[in-house]
Order: sequence, then C-alpha cells, then structure tokens
Amino acid sequence: MKDLFPKQHVMGFGFSLLLTLVALAVIKFDMSYNMAFGVLLVTALAQATVQLVLFMHIGESEDKKTLYTTILYSVFVGVVTIIGTLFAMIWGYN
Amino acid sequence: MSMEEVFHPMQEPMILAAAISIVVGAVVIVAGLTYFKKWGYFYKNWLSTVDHKKIGIMYIATALLMLMRGGIDALLMRAQTAVPDNGLLDAQHYNEIFTTHGLLMILFMAMPFVIGLMNIVIPLQIGARDVAFPRLNAVSFWLFAAGCGLLNLSFIIGGSPDAGWTAYFPLAGTEFSPTVGNNYYSLALQLSGIGTLMTGVNFIATIIKMRAPGMTLMKMPMFTWSILITNIIIVFAFPVLTVALALMMLDRQFGTQFFAMQNGGMDMLWANLFWVWGHPEVYIVILPAFGIFSEIIATFARKNLYGYKSMVMSMVVISLLSFLVWAHHFYTMGHGVMVNSVFSITTMAIAVPTGVKIFNWLLTMRHGKIQFTTPMLYALGFIPIFTIGGVTGVMLAMASADYQYHNTMFLVAHFHYVLIPGTVFGVLAGYHYWWPKMFGFRLNEKLGKAAFWFIAVCFNVTFFPLFILGLDGYARRMYTYSESTGYGPLNMLSFIGGIGLAVGFALIVYNIYYSWKHMPRNEKADVWDGRTLEWATHSPVPEYNFAVVPTVTRLDEYWFAKKEGRDITAGKIEKIHMPNNTGTPFWMSGFFFLAAFFAVFNLWVPAIISMIGVFGFMIHRSFEKDHGRYISVEEVMATEKSLRGDK
Repeated sequence: MKDLFPKQHVMGFGFSLLLTLVALAVIKFDMSYNMAFGVLLVTALAQATVQLVLFMHIGESEDKKTLYTTILYSVFVGVVTIIGTLFAMIWGYN
Repeated sequence: MSMEEVFHPMQEPMILAAAISIVVGAVVIVAGLTYFKKWGYFYKNWLSTVDHKKIGIMYIATALLMLMRGGIDALLMRAQTAVPDNGLLDAQHYNEIFTTHGLLMILFMAMPFVIGLMNIVIPLQIGARDVAFPRLNAVSFWLFAAGCGLLNLSFIIGGSPDAGWTAYFPLAGTEFSPTVGNNYYSLALQLSGIGTLMTGVNFIATIIKMRAPGMTLMKMPMFTWSILITNIIIVFAFPVLTVALALMMLDRQFGTQFFAMQNGGMDMLWANLFWVWGHPEVYIVILPAFGIFSEIIATFARKNLYGYKSMVMSMVVISLLSFLVWAHHFYTMGHGVMVNSVFSITTMAIAVPTGVKIFNWLLTMRHGKIQFTTPMLYALGFIPIFTIGGVTGVMLAMASADYQYHNTMFLVAHFHYVLIPGTVFGVLAGYHYWWPKMFGFRLNEKLGKAAFWFIAVCFNVTFFPLFILGLDGYARRMYTYSESTGYGPLNMLSFIGGIGLAVGFALIVYNIYYSWKHMPRNEKADVWDGRTLEWATHSPVPEYNFAVVPTVTRLDEYWFAKKEGRDITAGKIEKIHMPNNTGTPFWMSGFFFLAAFFAVFNLWVPAIISMIGVFGFMIHRSFEKDHGRYISVEEVMATEKSLRGDK
C-alpha cells in the first residue's frame, strides 16, 4: 500500500500550494517594497526547485551531460531575457 | 455584445461572399463524406490517428490551405495599392487584412509546414518507429488546428484583429481596438502556441532518446540537427509568448494595466516581450529550411555536405544569438545610444554564422554533379535571393540608418526577401523532395519546375520595387496614397508580380491533382538516390516505419551501404510495439476551441463549462490504462512482401 501512494507528488503539490499562498500574502500584508520583492524572489526560487526536484525528477536520470547543458541554456535565456529587458526598457530608456 | 455587432463584418459584400463560400464548402465536405460513407474511414484514419506521418500530412494540408488564404489577403492588399486613391478596400478592412496576412503566414502557414515536415521526416531519418509521445503529438496538432480555426472564424464573426500582427499597445488595447478582434488574437495564438510548445518537448525527447543504434549526435543528418536546435529554441521562446498573450488577455478582458499608459503600466513592454519571442521565432521558421536545403543540396550535388561540424556549430551559435537581438525591432522607440549599439552589434553578428552556412552550401556544390530537379531548383534559387535579404538585413541592423528605413516598405521588402526564399522555398523544396516518401508517387517535374520559375521570377517582380518605394519614403500599412507621391507605377509593377506569384502557387496545387491522376505508382523507395535513412524504407512508409531498425556506424550510412552493396534493413523481424489510435486529442481540442471561442466574447459561463470538458479528458487520461498494441511478425512480413511488390 505504501508504494501505491504517490507521497512525493502529494508533498510537492502541498509545497507548491503553500509557496503560492506565501507569495500571495505580499498583497494582503502591508510591507515595504524591498521586503515584498525579497519574499517573491525567495518563494519563486523555492517553487522552481520544488517543481524541478519533485515533479520533473531532476537528478534521477543517468544522462548528466544533457541535463547540465539544458540548465545552462535555460539560465542563459532567462538571464538574457530579464537583464536584457531591464537594459532595453529601463536602464537604457530615454 | 449585440447580434448586430457580432455579425457586422458580413455587411461587407466581400466578407459575406467569403463566409458563404466557407459554409458551402463545409456543406459539400460533410455531404460528400456522408454520401460516400467515409465518416468511419475519416475518423479512424485521420481524426483519431497518432501516426506521425499522418499528423504531418494534416499539418501540411492545413499549411497549404492557409497559404491560399494568406495569399488571397496579399493579393487584395497589392490590388488595393496598385493604383493611387483606390477604393477597393476601406481602411478598416485593409487593417484587418494585413494583420491576418502576417498572422496566418507566420503562425498558420510557415509553422505548420515546418512542423509537418519534421513530423514526417524526423522519426524516419533517425530510424525510429514514432515520436516519443505519439498522443501528445496528436494533441499538438489538434490544438494548432483549433487556434487556426478560431483565427479564421474571426473575420466572419465579430471582426478580425486589426492592430497589425505585432499588436502593439496601446493600439491593441480596448481603448483603440474596442472590437473582439484582438481577443481572437490572444486566444487563437495561445491555443496554437501551447500546441507548438508541446511539439518542441516531443521532438527534443524524440531526437535525444530515440535515434537508431550507433547514431551519435555528430552522425545525425543535418535536417535532424536543424530540427533539434529549432525545437530547443521553441521550448525557450514560446513560454514568453504564452505569458505575453496571457497578460494581453488580462489587460483587454479583465481590466488589468500591464501594458497601459498609466497606473504603472508600460505599453512598450508588450513590444519588448513580443519580440523576445518574435525574433527567435524567425529562426524557428528559418533553421528547418536550412536543414532541408542541406539535405537537398548534398543529395543532388552527389557529394557529402561540406563542413558538417561548422554547419552544426553555426546553428548552435545562431540559436544563442537569436535570443540577443530582439530590440532591433524597435530601435526608434526611445532607447538610448547604448542599447541601440549593443543590439546593432549582436544583430550584425548573426550574419557571420549564416554566411558560414551559405559558403558551406556553395562548397558542397563545387565540383558536384548537380541534378536540376524541382527541390534542387528551390535550393539554388534560395541562395542568391536570400543573400539579398540578408544584406538588406545588415543595412537595417545599423541603428542610425534604421531611423530612415523603419516602418517603410524597405523593411517589408527585406523580411519578404528572407522569409520567402528562406522559409517558403525551403518548405516547398522539402515538400517536393519528400512527397514520394509520403504518398509513393512523385509530383510532376515539369509542372513543379514551371511553378518554381513563376514563383522565383515573380517574387522579385513583386518585392524588389518595394525596396525602392521604401527608400522613397512609402510607409508600410498605408491603405492608400495620392497620385502626387509618384508611388503608383512601382506599386502597379508589384501587383503584376503578385498575380504571377498567385499563378505559381496555383500550379503547385494543380500539380497535386495532376500527379495524383497521372504519375506512375510503382516508384522505388529511394527515388532520388538519397543519403539518409528515410530512403531505406518503403514508399509510402508502412505504419511501423522500419521492419528492422537499421544500425548506423557513420554519417550518411545509407549512402555508403548502397555503395558497398549492403542492405541495412536486413535482419530478423520481431513483433513491433505501436501506440493505439485515440480520439481524445481531437475532442479535447474541440472543447479547448469552444472555451476560447466563448472567452473571446466574454461569455464566461459557457467558457468555464467547456474548460471542465477539457479537464474531464485530462482526468480520464490520467486513469486510463493503454499500453499500446503489438503488430505480429506475420503481419509485418505480409506488409513487407506486398510493399516490395512480391505477389
């Protein structure tokens, strides 16, 4: 019976709901901009980790090379998109 | 919204005529299927199929249909601007037409054509029996079809989007675009975009995991390489579109202010996000064409591809650079010098890997024994015409010069000069090249070549004048102009070229009918004396692709095996595991379509009910036990025998 219950998935589901609620709390409670941003950043990173580890089973596959290449590529695209947008739309905007 | 508003587009005679022809066409199809008792066949073999080859054929059929629809849009635009002060179309109708022309040609013609070809060819080229997730593949197609249907419905019911295919805010907001047109935009693109995203995941998994034994990454055919890289770009670029479209929908239908001019919104953020997706999208439609040309040039020059490693490297570099150039689409919108300089340099840098590829193709042909078949003609036509497009692209890349070219017909001419010889010639070359693999007979070469010459010549007649018009200051998206501007004669020339292009595309369609009637059916499997694995199996390809999965030891294994007289498909036949057909993707996408359609008109209750239907299918799938089926050895042997022509 123990093997039949998808413990990891239910845990992951619980965690992701909890993290969403914490992130939502930012609008409910009156806090400073920096504080709110900090909460959002931390919950976002935690959320990404939960998704990757508990749902996408990262690290369980043999093929480490593909894994690291993919992660490196996504970090590249993510950083370029975010920093690039800030660069084009805010820092370098007249 | 009143009924009158919903059906207002049909007050225009041209749209009414189109609407009537759609209804008549649908009635004819339904009546025909009923009369010939083909509903069962149609459902079993097409609507519920998970076979990658059939899904590919459906993608290509849709793409050809949309090529016609988008082509008619283009002809109408050229007809409207052929003479000064023309009254064929009014401003609103013209706006809707150039918007849908762009959307249809990029998202519902180029994309499905490319995805259709990759569906048909990739599993064959890597020696696999299907894609990694066959049912997901069907979901991808039907979601794409739902999005395509929704966008095409817009011009009859409620009005088409009319803020350009780029839908810049604030123009695309409710203040300046109060009709439902841009609701259609966000929802139709969302549906097909989700489908495309799943295609990306599916094909990466297929290429990484399902290659024939011995086929390492550096032994893959070039088309497979181009598709792998294309799908990686899809997976990283499309989520940006998904988010941007969701924000657009929230802004238009739920009163949020993401792209508003006030309350902390930022109108230019839409343009920014759109092009963060939009520029990689350009490479999503061009890289597969590069792959197709690489295959075709190597095949018909009878030589191995020159510079295999540099081809792969240049595509990897293009995939990285494609994410670094998006702001060049809006140089004139208020960035500082620093931003424009950075994006100028990254943009010009893309010309380097592309140039490497051009030289590799030329060197592949050098000393080759070139056969001038229809696919090869497209490849040969592509190189010089695309180079003109590329060179004008470098001109546009210079930010300071771009202030002159921006939003003129020069830009329009430039992107048609890259997209038509690049993508359209590419997919047409692939279509002629792989047609015998799909159907077991060739397309007529004479008609194919006639179509090519019409298209190649008339393309230049249509679009070259636009470079000159643009330099003379003719802005894009103008529905008319006065005689004193002097734009008349070149516009007339462009219209005449447009008619020639239409003749070329009509010949391509006629060629399907002609070849189906007259071309011999007993073609051998390897019609072009090809180099890659897809030519090793029969034409048309049996359901299981390869009776025995070939083993690969080098690049172009099949070619060398032929030279050495080896048969790489020989071996012991075993029972074959195949996925079951299922109607779920079709019906689920039907519910998706309904949900999106109701959402367009803010009818939330029926939209939510339709979404419950969608989730119902997902839950059903979660608990379904479907382990596929086996094709027995006897059945495989019988199929093989009949396909080899033994009686």
